Amino acid sequence: MFQGLVAQRLVALFFAGWALLNFPLLALWDHDILIGGLPLFPIALFGVWALLIAVLACVVEGGAASRSSMLHERPD
Amino acid sequence: MLSATLVIGVSFAYLLLLFAVAYFGDWRAAQGRSIIASPWVYALSMAVYCTAWTYFGSVGRAASSGVWFLPIYLGPMLAMTLAWMVVRKMIRIAKTYRITSIADFIASRYGKSPTLAGLVTLITVVGIVPYIALQLKAIASGYAVLTSPLGQPAVQSADWWSDSTLYVALALAGFTMVFGARHLDSTERHEGMVAAIAFESVVKLVAFMAVGLFVSFGLFASPVALFEQAYAVDALRKLLQFGQGQPFAYAQWLGLTLLAMLSVIFLPRQFQVMVVENVDEQHLRRAVWAFPLYLLLINLFVLPIAMGGLLYFGPGAMDPETFILSLPLSQGYNALALFAFVGGLSAATGMVIVEAIAVSTMVCNDLVMPLLLRMRRFGARASGDLTGLLLGIRRLAILIILLLGYLYFHLAGEAYALVSIGLISFAAVAQFAPAMLGGMYWKGGTRHGALTGLLLGFAFWVYTLMLPSLAKSGWLDDGFLHHGLWGVVWLKPEAFLGLTGLDNLTHSLFWSLLANVGGYVGVSLWRAPSARETSQALLFVDVFNRKAGARPVFWQGRAKVSALLPLAGRFLGAEQAQRLFAEYARREGVASIEHIPADARLVQFVETQLTGAIGSASARVMVASVVEEEPLDLDDVMRILDEASQLRAYSHELEEKSQSLERATTELREANEKLKSLDRLKDDFMSSVTHELRTPLTSIRALSELMRDDDHMDLAQRQQFLGIIVVEAERLSRLVNQVLDMAKIEAGHAEWHNAVVDMRELLEQASATMRETYRERGVALQLQLSTAVQPLWADADRITQVVLNLLSNAAKYAPRGSGQVHLSLKDSTDGIAVEVQDNGPGISQEQQSMVFEKFRQVSGDDHYRPGGTGLGLPISRQIVEHFGGHMWLHSSPGQGAVFGFFLPRQGVDAERTASTDQPLI
Repeated sequence: MFQGLVAQRLVALFFAGWALLNFPLLALWDHDILIGGLPLFPIALFGVWALLIAVLACVVEGGAASRSSMLHERPD
Repeated sequence: MLSATLVIGVSFAYLLLLFAVAYFGDWRAAQGRSIIASPWVYALSMAVYCTAWTYFGSVGRAASSGVWFLPIYLGPMLAMTLAWMVVRKMIRIAKTYRITSIADFIASRYGKSPTLAGLVTLITVVGIVPYIALQLKAIASGYAVLTSPLGQPAVQSADWWSDSTLYVALALAGFTMVFGARHLDSTERHEGMVAAIAFESVVKLVAFMAVGLFVSFGLFASPVALFEQAYAVDALRKLLQFGQGQPFAYAQWLGLTLLAMLSVIFLPRQFQVMVVENVDEQHLRRAVWAFPLYLLLINLFVLPIAMGGLLYFGPGAMDPETFILSLPLSQGYNALALFAFVGGLSAATGMVIVEAIAVSTMVCNDLVMPLLLRMRRFGARASGDLTGLLLGIRRLAILIILLLGYLYFHLAGEAYALVSIGLISFAAVAQFAPAMLGGMYWKGGTRHGALTGLLLGFAFWVYTLMLPSLAKSGWLDDGFLHHGLWGVVWLKPEAFLGLTGLDNLTHSLFWSLLANVGGYVGVSLWRAPSARETSQALLFVDVFNRKAGARPVFWQGRAKVSALLPLAGRFLGAEQAQRLFAEYARREGVASIEHIPADARLVQFVETQLTGAIGSASARVMVASVVEEEPLDLDDVMRILDEASQLRAYSHELEEKSQSLERATTELREANEKLKSLDRLKDDFMSSVTHELRTPLTSIRALSELMRDDDHMDLAQRQQFLGIIVVEAERLSRLVNQVLDMAKIEAGHAEWHNAVVDMRELLEQASATMRETYRERGVALQLQLSTAVQPLWADADRITQVVLNLLSNAAKYAPRGSGQVHLSLKDSTDGIAVEVQDNGPGISQEQQSMVFEKFRQVSGDDHYRPGGTGLGLPISRQIVEHFGGHMWLHSSPGQGAVFGFFLPRQGVDAERTASTDQPLI
């Protein structure tokens, strides 16, 4: 449905996000411990969230080469 | 506690500041220096997603259920990963066809159906008005917390005329009318309003984070200390755990994430700021990650504030939704509390303003206009400028929406319906998703399908979510909740068909979306799309595939400019219509408006412009009323599409042809330039050769004439003259030989006698040949030759010629008496390198590039030597390059010069196998 390298990366990131933030991977954080004094589950959620933002920023703002290819690609 | 006057004063001062920002934004836009044309402002304006519900409600939710406030923000994160494709397509479609609301988007896609537009508007109004009420309630309760003694129940005014919330609502209506409906703009963009919304986003973020920092580092020593204390309390420890002592509710987590994901795109205010107010598609590139980052930052301190409040006040003592105000107040930080209230005010007002603009546009274009245009007074046959009426309707709609919100707030009060309304509103707008997304990516969706899907989805939403929430507030008899409608158990709204195990929201979302998608797809597949549906489907789904000029125009019939121009004038204003038509004429290349061909493209142009002002459905009706249309059938649509694609193919072909022509022209021009420069070089060559020939000839002739005319010349003198004549004649013949040699090599007629060459021996012989010359000039020649040198396959005479040339050059330039010349030979596996180094004056940088070019040695050159021919180095280079090698020169003025050449062994080996008399290419 989405052509172009950047579009495919974004779709992959979308599914990676769904996988990381839902059953069953969410259960990875099912431990009643503190990480550096902060509770694990909220820290993990914010961590995954920050990671997704960082990757998303890299994909859409990535180098000049992908910029020109994005301008010319057809998104569907 | 703070004085009421202060809080009200600050609130209205803040609203005035908003007016100033918006006014500044509009003023700059009018000057053509937009302040919102920045991806950062665009991302900030998207943060209108964070309403008072986020600002106060997240803390409340965190205090009762831990991290369960997060799915509402993780959904947008996931939605933004696809926004570059999906939202950009929405922006492109909306800009191309002048679509200004969700209702118009859906209606336009399914054949410009007024019914569909009206239905979408109704769903929006029903879903959104309570949400606006929620914002007003947030402002009212925040005000109450600030102005009542801490810990005591807030007293709210019972009489409506003394309720400051009403005045806030009225002030917001005023703001929205001024900056949202001041003039008619067919693109429906509001720069000042967007500037104000972005400003509000900054305020609410800074305010929330300020309180978060205060709680984390002021009230408690650090976040670590805060969570340590929370972990010591069992109830709080449970909140921070994964399952909170129960199995994790994955279905609810997924449902909330999905709901938020759809809402962030389909909420009317999000559509308004993301799609309608978008300045440049490329801004989306920054916004897709900056907006989730904003959400992350505003949620960072939700848990610390919730935990801090619960620890400080103890569970149940204080409403957690007001922790953000009550925590600073409890420590006497009144200014911080007031700032936090202003943050909440900005979250609430931002949402109300944008939502009111978006909904009023829908109400005006998709509910009121279709009814109005049916009346004889305003209909197609009537005349008169309607722009004033349009603006009036919009302003009235804004006022009514805000008053409805206030009324709902006043009636519902503390009821259940208001608390949960945020998610209920989300679930209402999620119903637009199938028709919207399906319409953008699937050509088979039909008007009936969309209508069925929306109706079914809306009905399920009302039955399984809205009515139960009203019943729980005590407004309805809640019998049907427990026993099912008419006592039928499997019709229970919160366990439909006996489906249990899901929470209310997920249950409702599941059934409504299932019915919605099922109805949409099922009915769409029932029959093939009509001609109008097909044509709109093609325009929407393939919006990226066509350039502006190549879009097919699905219209046939007869039209008159004299009918279309007044029609446009009625809705856009006569002046604006005149300007648009003049611009169109200029683009078409015709002299004036009267000469515009009244073809399908003009009709489409007028219809698109009207769409911006009154919506696609009404625009369709209006245009159809002034032109003579021939109905399109499916074959016509296919024919038009075919013609458009053929046109596109032709234009593509033409473009390719012109490109290849351009390429050929460039190549020809380059070839011509090359020829010209060669021609010039030949001329230079001729002049320098003749110059070189003339010098010895002149002296020969002069001396010969002297001897002829002077019979009494003594013998010694005569001998001396004859000696000079012989030397000059030798020089002449050398020159002629070299020119011939050069010409032969260049033409490829030179003869090469390749054999095994011992370079060491060759260099020794060459230096022996030159030794006499060097001795005469007082120049020392030193040899540094590798001992064991692998033999080469080459023409020994030619290589000797090169070496002699280099040695004689070095001898000429090295200073007489103190000259030092080094001849070195280095052997490697690749080949051999020979270098001749002198200690002469050196060669400047600009001269270096010229020395290997033949004919470059012209008079005026610093290195012009009457003794040389200027062809030695070029010939040497030709020879070295013939054997696959290269020559170089390293020099800087005053440091002497190093001439060298490299002969590859590989090239020589290859040469051995080839014919020995291979002509030089």
